[in-house]
Amino acid sequence: MTQTSLVPETRRLSNAYRNWYRFSRNPTAVIGAAIVFLCIFAALFAPFITPYPEHVGAVVNFRARHQPPSLTFWFGTDNVGRDIFTRTIYGMRISLLLAFVVLGTAVPIGTILGLLAGYFGGWVETVIMRVTDIALALPPLVMALAVAAVLSPDLVNSLLAIAALWWTWHTRLIYAITKQIRTQEFIEAAETLGASKIHILFREILPNCVSAIAVKTSLDCGFVILVGASLSFLGLGIQPPTPDLGTMVAQGAGFLPDFWWESVLPGLAILFVALGFNLLGDGLRDLFDVQEVR
Amino acid sequence: MMFRFFRKAGFLEFLLFLLRRVAWSLLVLFGLSVVIFIIARAMPGDPVRLALGPRASVEQVEQLRETLGFNQPLVQQYGMYVAGLARGDLGRSLLTEQPVADDIRQTFSATFELVLSTITIAFALGVPLGVAAARYKDRWPDNVVRIIAIFSAVTPSFFLAILLQILAGYVLHVLPTTGRLPPGLAFSADNTGLITIDALFAGRFDVFLEALRYLLLPSIALAAATMGQIARITRSSMIDVSSQDYAEAGRAFGIPERVRVFKYMLRPSFVPPLTILGLEFASLIGNAFVVELVFSWPGMAAYGVRTILQKDLNAIMGVVIVSGVFFVLANLVIDVLTGIVDPRIRIRGRR
Repeated sequence: MTQTSLVPETRRLSNAYRNWYRFSRNPTAVIGAAIVFLCIFAALFAPFITPYPEHVGAVVNFRARHQPPSLTFWFGTDNVGRDIFTRTIYGMRISLLLAFVVLGTAVPIGTILGLLAGYFGGWVETVIMRVTDIALALPPLVMALAVAAVLSPDLVNSLLAIAALWWTWHTRLIYAITKQIRTQEFIEAAETLGASKIHILFREILPNCVSAIAVKTSLDCGFVILVGASLSFLGLGIQPPTPDLGTMVAQGAGFLPDFWWESVLPGLAILFVALGFNLLGDGLRDLFDVQEVR
Repeated sequence: MMFRFFRKAGFLEFLLFLLRRVAWSLLVLFGLSVVIFIIARAMPGDPVRLALGPRASVEQVEQLRETLGFNQPLVQQYGMYVAGLARGDLGRSLLTEQPVADDIRQTFSATFELVLSTITIAFALGVPLGVAAARYKDRWPDNVVRIIAIFSAVTPSFFLAILLQILAGYVLHVLPTTGRLPPGLAFSADNTGLITIDALFAGRFDVFLEALRYLLLPSIALAAATMGQIARITRSSMIDVSSQDYAEAGRAFGIPERVRVFKYMLRPSFVPPLTILGLEFASLIGNAFVVELVFSWPGMAAYGVRTILQKDLNAIMGVVIVSGVFFVLANLVIDVLTGIVDPRIRIRGRR
C-alpha cells in the first residue's frame, strides 16, 4: 500500500463525508429529505401500506359515508364511504408521478437550450432567449387552463400543458451559469486542445451546472405539484374515480363545514409533499452554496 | 418627489427607458397572440363542428368555415384574428350568448379590485416582516419570518382559501365567506368599477366597510404566497445593503438607527421585492382562478372557470388574452416603478 494510490481515495471519501456532515447538520435539508423519502416510500408501496386498496376505484359503501377520522378510518371517509387515507396515499402517487414526468421532460429540454444559448451566443442566443422571455411572460396556470380546456381534461394533457411552459425557468438559469463559465480558462483550454462542442457542453460546462439544477429541480417539484393540484381542483386534471389530491379537496369543499376532514386532510397532504421538496431544495442550496437559484 | 426626480435624472433618459420597455412589452404581446392563436386553431378538434353541434350538415359546416375565414391560409387567418383583437372583438360566448368582450368588461373590475388589495396586503405585510428578519438576523424574529415564508410558498392557495373560510366564516363567524357585497345592499360602482373606491367617492362609508369585509378573506388567500416571497427577498437584500460601505459609514457617523434603516437602507432594498412582484404576478393571476371560485367572487377568473367547464372556446381565449395583457401591462408598470426607485436601472436599461 503506497501513499500515492491512497491519496485520491481518501480525498474522495473525506469529500463525501464532509458533504454528508454538512447535510446532516442542516435541519432544513434533513427534515425535507425525510419528508420526501416518506412520501416516495408511501407512493411506491401504496398497495401494501394502505388499509383499503380497493377504495381507489369507484367503490360505493353508503353505510360508512361521512365517517369522522377514527382508528378504522384514519382520515375519515368521503361522501360515498371510501377511506380518505387510502385515497390520499394513492393521490400522492399521482402528484409525484406528475412532478417527475413534467420535470423529466422540462429539465433536460431547458438545460440543453440554456447550454446552447449561453455557449454559442449570437443568433442562437437571441432566438432561444427571446422565445424564453416570451414564454416566461405567459401565466403558466392560465395557459395550462387554456390547453386543458381546448383538449379534453385528463392527466396527459395537464402534464403537457405544464411541461410546455416549465422548461423556460431552467433555460434562464443554465443560460446565466453557462454565460459565466464559458469565459473561464478551462473552457479555453479545452477549445485549444480541439475538444468537440459536445464534449465542451456536456463534459466541461454541464458538471458545473449540476448543483444548481438539483436545487432548482427540487424546489420545482413542490411547485409543479401545487400547479397540478390547482388544475385538478378546477376539474381540469385527472378525472375521477382516480384519486387525486386536488380533486378530493374540491369534492370535500362541498361538504364544509360539517365534514371538514374530507377537504382539509387531503389538502394537508399536498402541503406536506410540497413542504418536503421545498425544504430539501432550500437545504441543498445552502449545502451547494448556489446563489443563482431563487 | 416626482418633480425632484425629473430635474435630477434627466427626462430624456427616462423617456428612452420607457420607450424600450414599451417596445419589449409589444414584442411579448405579439408572442402571446401567436401562442394563443396556435392553441385556438391548430389544436385537434374542429371549432366549427363544436360550435354547430353534431347534427349540422356538411353544407352548414362548410358555409360557417367560409364566413369565419377558416379556408384561408393560416397567416391570413392570424391577421384577421389580430385585427379582431385590436377592435376589441373577442367573439361571442356560447354560455352567456353575449359578446365575450362585454362579459369580461363586466367581470374584470372585480378581479382588478381583488388583485390590487392583494398586492397592497402582500407589500404591507411582506416588507416589514423582511425588515424585521434582517434587523434581527438569526434571532427569533428571523426564524418566525422564515417559517411564515416557507409555509406561504407551499400552501396551495385554494387550500388556504378553504382554511380561511372554515376559520373566519364557520368557526369565528366574523367575516363573510362568499360574494362581494351583502345580498340586500345595492350599490353600483360606475366610476372605477372598484366598489371600495367608488363607495369612498360617493361618501358611502357603510358600503366601503362592507366591501372591505368581503374583500379581506379572498385577498389574504391570494396574497400569502407573494407576501412570503417579498418578506424573503426584502430580508436578503436588506442584509446585502447593510454590509455596504455607505451603510457602515452611516453607522460610524452616528446616524440614528431608525433613520439609517428606513431612509438609507430600505430604498435600495425596494427593487428586489418589486422585481419579485413582477415574477409572482403570473402565479397570482393563475391563483386568482381558484380563489375566486372558492369565494364565489364575481370576477373574470370565475367567469373563465365557468366557461372552461362548458368548453366555451371564445370565452376561454378571451379570458386568457386579457389575463396575458394584464400581466404584461402590470410588468411594464413594475419596470417603470423600479426605474423610478433605482436610477441605475433607468440608465442602464435592463434589470
